[in-house]
Amino acid sequence: MSILVDKNTRLLVQGITGKSGAFHAKSCMEYGTNVVAGVTPGRGGEVFEGKVPVFDTTYEARKQTGCNATMIFVPPAGAADSILEAVDAGIELVICITEGIPVLDMMKVKAAMAKSKSRLIGPNCPGIITPGACKIGIMPGYIHKEGKVGVVSRSGTLTYEAVWQLSSRGHGQSTCVGIGGDPINGTSHLDVVKMFNDDPGTEAFIMIGEIGGTAEEEAAEWIGKNCKKPVAAFIAGATAPPGRRMGHAGAIVSGGKGTASGKIEAIQAAGIEVAATPADMADALLRRMAR
Amino acid sequence: MNIHEYQAKELLDMFGVANSPGGVASTPQEAEKIAASLNTQDLVIKAQVHAGGRGKGTFKNGFKGGVHLCKTPAEIRDTAAKMLGETLVTHQTGEDGRVVRKVLVAKSVEIQKELYFAILIDRAISAPVIVASTEGGVDIEAVAEHTPEKIFHLPVDPLIGLQPYEARKLAKMLGIPTALLKDAATLFENLYKLFIARDCSMVEVNPLVITKDNQVLALDAKFNFDDNALFRHPDVQAYRDIEEEDPREVEASKHSLSYIGLDGNIACLVNGAGLAMATMDIIKHHGGEPANFLDVGGGASEQQVTEAFKILVADSRVKAILVNIFGGIMKCDVIAQGIINAVKAVNLPVPLVVRLEGTNVDAGRKLLSESGLKLTAATDIADAAQKVVAAAA
Repeated sequence: MSILVDKNTRLLVQGITGKSGAFHAKSCMEYGTNVVAGVTPGRGGEVFEGKVPVFDTTYEARKQTGCNATMIFVPPAGAADSILEAVDAGIELVICITEGIPVLDMMKVKAAMAKSKSRLIGPNCPGIITPGACKIGIMPGYIHKEGKVGVVSRSGTLTYEAVWQLSSRGHGQSTCVGIGGDPINGTSHLDVVKMFNDDPGTEAFIMIGEIGGTAEEEAAEWIGKNCKKPVAAFIAGATAPPGRRMGHAGAIVSGGKGTASGKIEAIQAAGIEVAATPADMADALLRRMAR
Repeated sequence: MNIHEYQAKELLDMFGVANSPGGVASTPQEAEKIAASLNTQDLVIKAQVHAGGRGKGTFKNGFKGGVHLCKTPAEIRDTAAKMLGETLVTHQTGEDGRVVRKVLVAKSVEIQKELYFAILIDRAISAPVIVASTEGGVDIEAVAEHTPEKIFHLPVDPLIGLQPYEARKLAKMLGIPTALLKDAATLFENLYKLFIARDCSMVEVNPLVITKDNQVLALDAKFNFDDNALFRHPDVQAYRDIEEEDPREVEASKHSLSYIGLDGNIACLVNGAGLAMATMDIIKHHGGEPANFLDVGGGASEQQVTEAFKILVADSRVKAILVNIFGGIMKCDVIAQGIINAVKAVNLPVPLVVRLEGTNVDAGRKLLSESGLKLTAATDIADAAQKVVAAAA
């Protein structure tokens, strides 16, 4: 069992003929993901890697192939448009990998999506993987193992770090979700936490956050009140200087808000095991599970 | 990205946001000319540097204050001569101070009432929010703490923008008299247009003033811009003043590297923003102090890694370097080759600890061991942090 994606996921790749889009579409196919279509405006009719049809529009791709998830690799200036195109086509799960989308663009996308049934993951995220079944994104597939631990994170490489620690201790993952490092994203920590809580295939999970915003605090509060599964968390950025954007557009402490210490306090108050360092993420969860 | 006060004034003028008349000068003569054109005895001259605390600052030539009230154009000229080309030290510049290259000359207004007005992005509701207060000219954080009832929040619908009635409502909430209501509302609307048109992440007017001669003016405006949107605003990009930035950060930005200079002595080179932050944290956890944040990104080239390495090595504060890579898109062999090239080019003056994991890790480790480079290999992130802290001690 898993959340969001599995063997039945039929994936579209928007921007499939670009350098990154092509590279990662291929690597997802090699992992076993069912890539059924690609979209690049002006390249309709081509065939990718000898088997994946390329369409001019997402609407056509959906109609012809019944794709139910999409992975977006369109450059920042056109990415918001691509998300809305996927939503318009009725694609249920929209995963936007693109980094560097203007905040005002995402603000409009979010407002426009309020009435739609599609779910957006990202942008500026590594994607989502259900080990052994479906990989949608840029994560190295081989570090993952099938299992029962969920991982949700704003950071790509920190997710890999957590997965690596889990796998090398013999604990596989149910699903790993990268929700992205931007200040405005489609799916929050709390959204994923609720899904993990409801998923019979997930027995415990790790939540990885960083400075900026209040999403981790909200998720922690909900976990404290509602979640019966063991949870561990790590927050990056305790040593980050205030007022500076730490790589991720969303990783900034401003006006004294969004500090690592504030988040860690909220997490501890909710009974979640806190990893003292990024080397301690898997062990923190194992400690919590042993309690 | 920060901009100068005179650049903020240019933006306000461009969008019809009422503010105090004036202009920017690079020479005492220009300053005098602007002062004469203002046709008033109430003049102010302000040194243009990015740091705050200018009024209480001191120039290295002994002249006190980066902000002065003057009566005549001649007085403006003489004051400009004491500021231009001189180094101003304030509580925000550090001991080195900043060289003043431009001065702003403006009409100094008599203030009846000071207010606060800001527009920013509220992440929790994914919309712009206006924050306004009847208490201006002071630290807004303090107002928020002691008298939160004096601060108003108005979320704006991102799809339709600030409506005229909302601007009028805000003006009323701020106690702006009826005679000035429309002027205030126009100022708010124009400021909102500016915020959207230039992809700002924050505009803060503090103070917004009502003058004794009954005008509503944005007396001081601070802007923050969304770095992700700079590509569509060449005019905002042109406002960048690299003289005001950390030279290490300027060099890094030339190579599209995400770098932030800090005060410690352990340099880090990491891929991914989250892992880069976490690497700084674990260095601190083991008793060290990070010298920088450096995310080489997901798809960095060999060349970028080499340039990144050169920036770290050129920093005289650095006593040891930690490379921490978890390859996803980033391939470990690319990182390894970049390091090898950099060290060939610049001689390695300090100990180097390398932790590689992820895509093409074996090829990367092989390259490093065959290169004959003197380095310490680490097995995991904790091991790496302990080893680099020991090496820097």
